[in-house]
Amino acid sequence: MKAYDVELGSRLLLGTAQYPSPAILADAVRASGAEVVTVSLRRESGRDRAGQGFWDLIRDLGVRVLPNTAGCHTAKEAVATAQMAREVFGTAWIKLEVIGDHDTLQPDVFGLVEAAGILCREGFEVFPYTTEDLGVADRLLEAGCRVLMPWGAPIGSGRGLSNPYGLRTMRARFPDVPLVVDAGIGLPSHAAQAMELGYDAVLLNTAVAKAGDPAAMARAFRQAIEAGRAAWLADPMDARDMAAPSTPVLGMAFRE
Amino acid sequence: MRLTVNGEAKEASASTLDGLLVELGYADTVVATAVNESFVPVTRRPALELSEGDTVEILAPMQGG
Repeated sequence: MKAYDVELGSRLLLGTAQYPSPAILADAVRASGAEVVTVSLRRESGRDRAGQGFWDLIRDLGVRVLPNTAGCHTAKEAVATAQMAREVFGTAWIKLEVIGDHDTLQPDVFGLVEAAGILCREGFEVFPYTTEDLGVADRLLEAGCRVLMPWGAPIGSGRGLSNPYGLRTMRARFPDVPLVVDAGIGLPSHAAQAMELGYDAVLLNTAVAKAGDPAAMARAFRQAIEAGRAAWLADPMDARDMAAPSTPVLGMAFRE
Repeated sequence: MRLTVNGEAKEASASTLDGLLVELGYADTVVATAVNESFVPVTRRPALELSEGDTVEILAPMQGG
C-alpha cells in the first residue's frame, strides 16, 4: 500500500506500548514484519531518562515511526503535540487523535477536523483516527488528509469490528483512499475480517502487547492480514441465506 | 523564579528555556518543549525568556499505540 507516497510492504502497523519488556517489544516488531510503528511523547520524568532509551531501541529496529497525539482532548493540545512530535521524531507523519469521550475513547470528530485542517496547512501528513461516519470522512479529506483510519471498536477493547456494515460502506464510498482500521482489534480473525472488507491495513497494539507470547501473536497477525488481503483480491463469493449443495446433484444413485 | 515544569512546581535560576533545560539536566537529551501550551522549537529556545509562573512542558519519546 501507499501512504503519503511511501510504499509499504507490510499492511500491519504496530503500536509499541504495554509490552512486558523492551526486548519483547523488539521481538514482536520483528516477528510482525511491520514497517511502521506508532510512538508517543510524554513528560520525561525521573533521572533514568526512559524516553531516550526507548528512542534508541526504536531507531535500532530500522522501522518508520508514526507519532500519535494520544490523550489529547482538544484540537489545540493535539496541534501542539503534533508540532513537538515532528521535531523530536523527524517526520511529518502524525496519527491524529482528539479524544471525545473518557469511557469509549471515541474521537471528537469536530476537534479532529479542526486539528487536521491546521496540521495539513502546516505540512503535516495526517493519519486521522476517526469513526466510520462518511460526512466526517469527507471533511477530513477536504482538510487535506490522504489516509483515513476508522476505528474497529473502542481502543484497547479487543472486541473486533463493531460495525462491519459501516466499514464496508466506507470502503465502497472511498475506493481510492488508503483506509486503515485502527483500534479495537483483539484477534487475528478480526484483522483478517478488516482486510477481507478491502481495508488497506490494520493498526493494532494491545492485542499483541498483552498476549501471553507477543512475538508469536505478532506473527499470527501478520499471517492473518496477509490471508485477509489475499482473500479480498481473490473476490469472495456472495453470502446467501439458504443452503446450496456444493456436490453435484445430477447423477445421484437411487433416484428415479 | 517559580515555574511549573511537567506539572510540578520548580524554583529555577535560568532565565531562558535553553538555560532551564541545562539547569534541569536535559542538555544532552532528545526532548520537545512547550511553554504555556505552545510549542517552542529547538531553535527558539535560547531566545525564549521565561517569566514568573510560566508552565513548561518537556516531552520525550515514549511508547504509544
